[in-house]
Amino acid sequence: MERLNDRHLDALREVGNIGAAHAATSLSVLLQRPVRITVPTVQLLSFDHVVDAVGGAEDVVVGTYFRIGGDFPGNLFFILPAESARVVLRAMWGEGSLGDDLQSEMAVSALGEMGNILTSSYLVSLSDFTHGKVETTVPAVAVDMAQAILQVGMLTADADSCLIIHTGAHIEELDIWCHFLLVPDPEGLMPLLTALGVHGG
Amino acid sequence: MITGNVVHVGMADLKVVHCPDRLRSVGLGSCVGVALWDPVTKVAGLAHVMLPSAEGFSSPQRAKFADTAVDWLVELMMERGGRRERLQAKLAGGAQMFTFAGKNDLLKIGPRNVEASRRALAKWSIPVVAEDVGGSTGRTIELYSEDGRLWIRTVRGGSIVL
Repeated sequence: MERLNDRHLDALREVGNIGAAHAATSLSVLLQRPVRITVPTVQLLSFDHVVDAVGGAEDVVVGTYFRIGGDFPGNLFFILPAESARVVLRAMWGEGSLGDDLQSEMAVSALGEMGNILTSSYLVSLSDFTHGKVETTVPAVAVDMAQAILQVGMLTADADSCLIIHTGAHIEELDIWCHFLLVPDPEGLMPLLTALGVHGG
Repeated sequence: MITGNVVHVGMADLKVVHCPDRLRSVGLGSCVGVALWDPVTKVAGLAHVMLPSAEGFSSPQRAKFADTAVDWLVELMMERGGRRERLQAKLAGGAQMFTFAGKNDLLKIGPRNVEASRRALAKWSIPVVAEDVGGSTGRTIELYSEDGRLWIRTVRGGSIVL
């Protein structure tokens, strides 16, 4: 994996860009506010540093997780930090304290549904962009420490590090951030680069 | 007042310290923290394992897998003044973070990590004197070499001491 050159990295950044842009459009419709995405970063990170993209290891986040099958096996996460999740719930449900308890069934269900919509948008665009077969399972949602949630994406990684395609999304009117993390399996990476037309340098 | 250092044990890593230092692993999800302690020499060791078995992996990171990590940790403990027959173990972690697991075996790795850790310890005849495993919650743990206590914090349940 250390043999990735600039063209590979550019192509993977484009995946993160197109996927997150689609998802951000869905998010924007959902919240009726403009959403801006960051320039994606593509990094090979040691396990302990994966979490840095979204905050501290013990920070509470709402995480939606998709296991991706098909031509490019891997993992996709939508991560919403706890404070951002509360703001989102207030924006969807109006003012009041209904959304303060993120562990409540209604909150988990609403945020899980939102995560589902956003990650689905991301994956549809990945499939369109690569003309590849992208299979997904039912998404799973959890509210807990960021590192504990992201761990599941590292189980299929190489020895001690994994490749992360990270895109941040910023909703300025609400002053909140959320994150998309695409974590291709090592054996999913080459097929992906081939589909993107950049395999072999 | 004991003022030791806190030594961080990252994912797929293991460390051994002497009194008064402490060992800390943050955000254990499906990973398992295998804590060993010798009550006489106060040598403490902690492994942060991610997967049950190194079988089928070429040139594995020994600390990443429950079977090889426990072997290595016991060896290191003995080199640093621990005695195998005095060692006692505590386990924490091995959660299933996502409950709608369906057919995805990756999401069920936590309980398998716990099982593999227990088996590896049994091979060395090291008793598991306490554990806080399974469930669906992330855990941060700290092992005190001074008295072997294992402090565990979760997001929902506050903290407990084993």
